[in-house]
Amino acid sequence: MTTKYKVGTEKDYSVRTCAWSAPGCHPTGCGLIMHVKDGKLVEVEGDPDHPVSQGRVCVRCLSLPEVIYHPDRILYPMKRAGKKGENKWERITWDEAYDIIVEKVRYYQENYGLTSIAMMGGTGREATFYFPALSYAVLQTPNNVGVLSGLSCYGPRCAVTEYVLGAGYPEIDYAAYFPDRYDNPEFQLPEYIMIWGKSPLESNADGFFGHAIIDMMKRGTKIIAVDPRVTWLTSRAEYHLQIRPGTDAALALGMLNVIINEDLYDHEFVEKWTFGLDKLAERVQEYPPKKVADICWIKEETLVNAARAFAKAGNSSIQWGVALDMNWNGIQAIQAVLYLMVLTGNIDVPGGNTLAEPSSFMGKWRYETHHQIPEEIYEQRIGNEEFPFFNYGLMACSPDNTLDFFEKQQPYPVKMVWSNSQNPIANAACVPKRWHEAFKKIEFWVSQEIFMTPTVSAYADIVLPVATFAEHEGVVIPHFGRNSAFVGAINQCIERVGECKSDLEICFELGKRLNPKAWPWETVSEFFTEQIKEKTGLTYPELKDKVVQQQKYVYRKYEKGMLRSDGEPGFETLTGLIELKATIFESWGEDPLPYFKEPPFSPYSTPDLYAEYPLVLTTGGRKFTSFHSEHRQIPSLRQITPWPTVEIHPDTASELGIMDGDWVCIENHLGKCRMKALVQPTVHPKVVHALHGWWYPEQDGAEPNLFGTFKSNINMLMPHKKVGNLGLGANYKSNLCKVYKVSGLDD
Amino acid sequence: MSRNGLLINYGWCTGCHSCEVACRNSHGLPLDQWGIKLTQIGPFKIGEDKTEWNYVPVPTSLCDLCVDRVAEGRKPACVHNCLAQCMEYGPIDELMKKMEEIGEKVNVYLP
Ligand code: SF4
Ligand code: SF4
Ligand code: SF4
Repeated sequence: MTTKYKVGTEKDYSVRTCAWSAPGCHPTGCGLIMHVKDGKLVEVEGDPDHPVSQGRVCVRCLSLPEVIYHPDRILYPMKRAGKKGENKWERITWDEAYDIIVEKVRYYQENYGLTSIAMMGGTGREATFYFPALSYAVLQTPNNVGVLSGLSCYGPRCAVTEYVLGAGYPEIDYAAYFPDRYDNPEFQLPEYIMIWGKSPLESNADGFFGHAIIDMMKRGTKIIAVDPRVTWLTSRAEYHLQIRPGTDAALALGMLNVIINEDLYDHEFVEKWTFGLDKLAERVQEYPPKKVADICWIKEETLVNAARAFAKAGNSSIQWGVALDMNWNGIQAIQAVLYLMVLTGNIDVPGGNTLAEPSSFMGKWRYETHHQIPEEIYEQRIGNEEFPFFNYGLMACSPDNTLDFFEKQQPYPVKMVWSNSQNPIANAACVPKRWHEAFKKIEFWVSQEIFMTPTVSAYADIVLPVATFAEHEGVVIPHFGRNSAFVGAINQCIERVGECKSDLEICFELGKRLNPKAWPWETVSEFFTEQIKEKTGLTYPELKDKVVQQQKYVYRKYEKGMLRSDGEPGFETLTGLIELKATIFESWGEDPLPYFKEPPFSPYSTPDLYAEYPLVLTTGGRKFTSFHSEHRQIPSLRQITPWPTVEIHPDTASELGIMDGDWVCIENHLGKCRMKALVQPTVHPKVVHALHGWWYPEQDGAEPNLFGTFKSNINMLMPHKKVGNLGLGANYKSNLCKVYKVSGLDD
Repeated sequence: MSRNGLLINYGWCTGCHSCEVACRNSHGLPLDQWGIKLTQIGPFKIGEDKTEWNYVPVPTSLCDLCVDRVAEGRKPACVHNCLAQCMEYGPIDELMKKMEEIGEKVNVYLP
């Protein structure tokens, strides 16, 4: 019974594993010890031997048993029993479910073409790792789509990095590659970490273990925070640039102006490894610090001092967040922040920003599966005519065009949707009521889920139960292979509850029925061995025993010919250098140099609207207690965060007659929703901050209530298709609104 | 030998609630009971650009300092899982010494 990762007797034992999903989390892969009694998971605690998490666990994993044994969990495949939206279901077998699905897929493929099916997914979870393959190699549709306007999460940061710098995600160096971590002689503690538009402690985004920031602060690292809110973390920062939401690009250009004009940049690095400094230097003259400070609603002095401190410091890093993507000016904000890393010489050096290949591990496999679709069909992806960048620069579909396609069923019809790892009408979709009407036009809908959600209830014909990470075998790779300090084993800990299956098992089984040539493996174990062997030297059973396998890291790879496919020194870009003028952007209809553009709805771009809606609305700050719209039904977590809140400055609240804890309505020209007021001096008096992803699993799930999904959904106030020139970036974090007191969640 | 206690270096406590949930799980406490409970001080302004904001977990009378876990050679559940690694368990004379070394925003509890 005892293996290297499992100790105990047949029924009472402990398993060492790495976490992922379901339920939702990023591929952070924290190390856990799962205590099982009488076959049931009774307690989760941290694995002290995990090199990164070192025994630490957040409340979401601690409450995993409440997820697994929750009375509302979906345990069996089901088909719709009543009308769509009645939330009535009938249990079926997996075989029946697959039979129905195969018949429908074949019918739509034959009658409407491969493009008539869409694979639709969300963010971060294990399913996201496999849905390109589910789309291309199982359902054989080029339409691997999402709802997030402007694809404004992660994708823009990765795309800009890939084209400007020719590498994967530039994560901050937190010594995660080294077994002895911060004590490793090659590692150097960053003097500053600039945290820009991110809540790393709560989010652990994309596989970065958030509390590593605390580790480094304890050792002496100082923080420069760019955040429209005061948070616990910014209260401990040396500089806090509390900018007006949506002005990130201006701030970064202003900082570049200081660094270039005061000659604070790293000459040696910039002269040898970059291209186009003269053009960038010209451009930043349009952004003098005084002007930028006025745009951003901050003090000129703070901007200048922070820029100087960062540029003059020893090795330092920048951790950027989704706030940069969530901006129609996001590409430029990302580009300018990347240039801050570059001009200060903090790329690929100890304590700076680390780099890896754009895609490694399964990253390669999952995208190469698109060869399962004929090239001419692949090119018919939704939206790539309007936005050529989606055709050449990114392997994705435009989410905004997806809504247009679904609504009009033009220029070609979309008849079937496969939905996983998402709950779009509760979260992510702008104009959720428009999406709701568009989704109702989809004839056949399959959802993979662990709980009934507004989305499943409203549209699904078939629901497939997903296994939690305690119930299946898997691997977890931080940053999805784009900068992965380690590979972790997800070791199955308990017998499955009900008949749930993992995302990969569903791909396998349906893949073997629909497109067997792409699914030659007999077992998931065989598949994982093939995926990890080359990089780690391990088979999957060996990885399971080791639980975590760290990767080696080499600094200054650009000097050693390790970033280019031809083995030459430099970077994998057109010029072989980091492009401070990104020439390639021109061919996609974008300015090659960064610039600032006001958000579509703001005090300056729409003064008339501002007169009516006199507050700037930002959204989406993270909580420890949820992953986007998930975890709302988990008792321990809901107790900690019982209601959605909107943060309001005390002066503003008092003018509006609002007290802390009052129910308020947040409204603008597009829509409204209700939350509780959180009155505290953490936002500018003209700014409010609202939480995202709220719905009420305890309420009636049938139409029209749909678990109250339209009641507290902040995206009711978000515009459709206000995106950047490349089709990327949308202003989820900078809109306008007014706030007034109401009697409750309902009248 | 002195009694054992809990040191909380609360200047680093990020308010993650892991101690609360880990304690409740390890002791089989119901949802309306806590062996340790987070209190929150602030946020309030103490200067134009300065905000006071502290989380301070306080053990309750349900805290038994994890006698059973400690007897097995394990750390108390709260200490073990704490995301900020800002809690320590041990003899209070040692903890008092550490408290002095840490120098600010630190408590030692004898629940
Ligand atoms: S960050 Fe994710 S993997 Fe880590 S403990 Fe929290 S929920 Fe689990
Ligand atoms: S020492 Fe044990 S009983 Fe006391 S608060 Fe911590 S976890 Fe709870
Ligand atoms: S676990 Fe640690 S960091 Fe989290 S609330 Fe408790 S004391 Fe604070």
